[in-house]
Amino acid sequence: MKKAFFLFIFLLFPAISFAFSTEFLGLEIHGFIDARYGQRVREDRNEKDQILGEIRFQTDITGQLRDIIFQVKADFLYDGVCDDRKLDLEGTRSPIDLREANISLSPFYFIDIKIGRQILTWGTGDLIFLNDLFPKDWKSFFIGREEQYLKSPSDAIFISLFPSFANIDIAYTPKFDPDRYVKGERISFWNPIYRRRTGRRNVLNAIEPNNWFKDDEIAVRIYRNIRGWEAAIYGYYGFWKDPLGFDINKRRPFFPRLLSYGASIRGTYLGGIVNSEFSRYVSKQDERGDDPFIPNSEIRFLIGYEREIAKDFTARFQYYLECMEDYSRYKETLPSGYVSKDEFRYLFTMRLTKLLMSQDLLLCLFTYYSPSDQDAYIRSLIKYKLTDEISVMIGSNIFVGKNDYTFFGQFEKNSNIYVALRFNY
Amino acid sequence: MKKGLCFLTIVFLFLSSSFAYPLTADEIVEKAEEAAYYAGKDGRADVKMIIISASGKKRIREFTILRMNTKGKDQKFYVYFKAPSDVRKMAYLVWKHVGKEDDRWLWLPALNLLKRIAPGDKRTSFVGSDFYYEDVSGRDIKDDKHILLKETDKWYVIKNVPKDPDSVEFSYYLVWIDKKTFLPMKAEYYDKQGRLYRRIIAKKVEIIQGYPTVVEAVAEDLIRGSKTINIFKNVKYNIGLKERIFSERFLRRPPREVR
Repeated sequence: MKKAFFLFIFLLFPAISFAFSTEFLGLEIHGFIDARYGQRVREDRNEKDQILGEIRFQTDITGQLRDIIFQVKADFLYDGVCDDRKLDLEGTRSPIDLREANISLSPFYFIDIKIGRQILTWGTGDLIFLNDLFPKDWKSFFIGREEQYLKSPSDAIFISLFPSFANIDIAYTPKFDPDRYVKGERISFWNPIYRRRTGRRNVLNAIEPNNWFKDDEIAVRIYRNIRGWEAAIYGYYGFWKDPLGFDINKRRPFFPRLLSYGASIRGTYLGGIVNSEFSRYVSKQDERGDDPFIPNSEIRFLIGYEREIAKDFTARFQYYLECMEDYSRYKETLPSGYVSKDEFRYLFTMRLTKLLMSQDLLLCLFTYYSPSDQDAYIRSLIKYKLTDEISVMIGSNIFVGKNDYTFFGQFEKNSNIYVALRFNY
Repeated sequence: MKKGLCFLTIVFLFLSSSFAYPLTADEIVEKAEEAAYYAGKDGRADVKMIIISASGKKRIREFTILRMNTKGKDQKFYVYFKAPSDVRKMAYLVWKHVGKEDDRWLWLPALNLLKRIAPGDKRTSFVGSDFYYEDVSGRDIKDDKHILLKETDKWYVIKNVPKDPDSVEFSYYLVWIDKKTFLPMKAEYYDKQGRLYRRIIAKKVEIIQGYPTVVEAVAEDLIRGSKTINIFKNVKYNIGLKERIFSERFLRRPPREVR
């Protein structure tokens, strides 16, 4: 019965939006249907062989009442891999993934406000985030959903101010929005508690801060364009976005408090684009760095360069460094038997993008390679647009690593290939 | 005597202005650039692009373009996409600098992300069409040497030879400039083997607010056999655009001029 009800909803909304496609009562209605299937390429005794199998129907409705713009973007999802059909608007494990539901207005000429569920992002990194502490959906990213699903929505108020000297953005999230982090229900990972990889039989059960206005987050960016160079400074107060702390009494992971600040710059140089960003993460519950169950403070640094190396062919390179503060105290207090992290973790990324056949065919390769962790993550995508509406895709997510516990190495058994078909309307 | 000299001067001035010295090739090209890319202080147009491949497959792109002349010959462009639906609401921002790399950004609404685009080759296809980025924002006239090949009662025919041949795919191109309006009406591009491989034709011209304006243009790739038709609608000049529109704020929140 319950199943039938959800199926009914699943079919009803798309049918309505489809019937009134493009314009209805001054509303603009668009969206897509996307079907995709992904398979593990290595055996994983902790998970199913099928990593992805879903049909997604997105409806994007925008309207305008005088100067107020409103938008609702909802995905109706039939997920054949994680068949938990509980209605859960906070996660991806439900038939409805509400991506956006917000209104935006400009009450004065120097202020813009957007209230509600929205996708937020900033910073200069390419698939690396330093000062962008808005929620990310790593699960979707790893299993072969579209890259846009890496950004998961925030329930926030976003205020932009435009005084003459700079632009100021303030994002206030009244209740903490964590990353949609890897829990094990679909992706196996290194579980430090068991000291091995675990999967869907040992789903991570973290304590999430969930008190309105108490467990809140605030993020600020002040930016300015100086003769084509975009300079910005950032601040954030909230929590680590993944449950990196471990509560020994409750024997459950939790989200420790985090304060961060940083800066970035981006501009044109040597016929390409140069970007650089740094941030300092202050781990508020372990400022001395002597609690082994809470991450230490860190300095993070990024530098990147992108240029077009041939016609419709661009290459982008990045170097990224994480440096743990108070490393000696971390080493001293780490209980024996635990795998010690390095003081410096660094990695290189390379993105190659080639467009062919009047830009109908896209070839994309993105590689993360960390010499310090001795692991890598290779993402590839081939996308062909059959018509303006229909496209087909094939892609892969390959993880390799020397050890089972490094950032990318832990996901080795989740390496996958996927195919997808999409219809836009 | 004095009076007579004065009179002669006036007559001479009058004559020299009406029976002007023949224009040099550089002057013609400058006037053509002015007519084609700098009309008014600013302007807007709704553009429909029909891309037809050699096999007859049709693609449609629809966007609104805003342009503003800023300092000297610099300009700012705002392109707001309306169709097809996978690029809908994307916005493309260009700060064109003459004699220096342009600044370009792409706004991706699904990611709420402002992407900076590498300056790169301007002679690559604009959104998969047979028009190049450079056809949209204008090629720097200082990049070519201009030779007046022929002058008829209707046309100036100019041969344009690149100063840096390695930077472009053509060896030269010919432009037919209308003597009355100074609009370039036809351009033919020849490759390194001297073969005609690309042609752009202004199909329809209308006078809008006193400015002769190309309202339909076709670009053809003669080797591949594809072509793109550009149709301009709701063209308006001097609409009083503010420079602040060409910024991140208005990429996030498209101005009413494009919505």
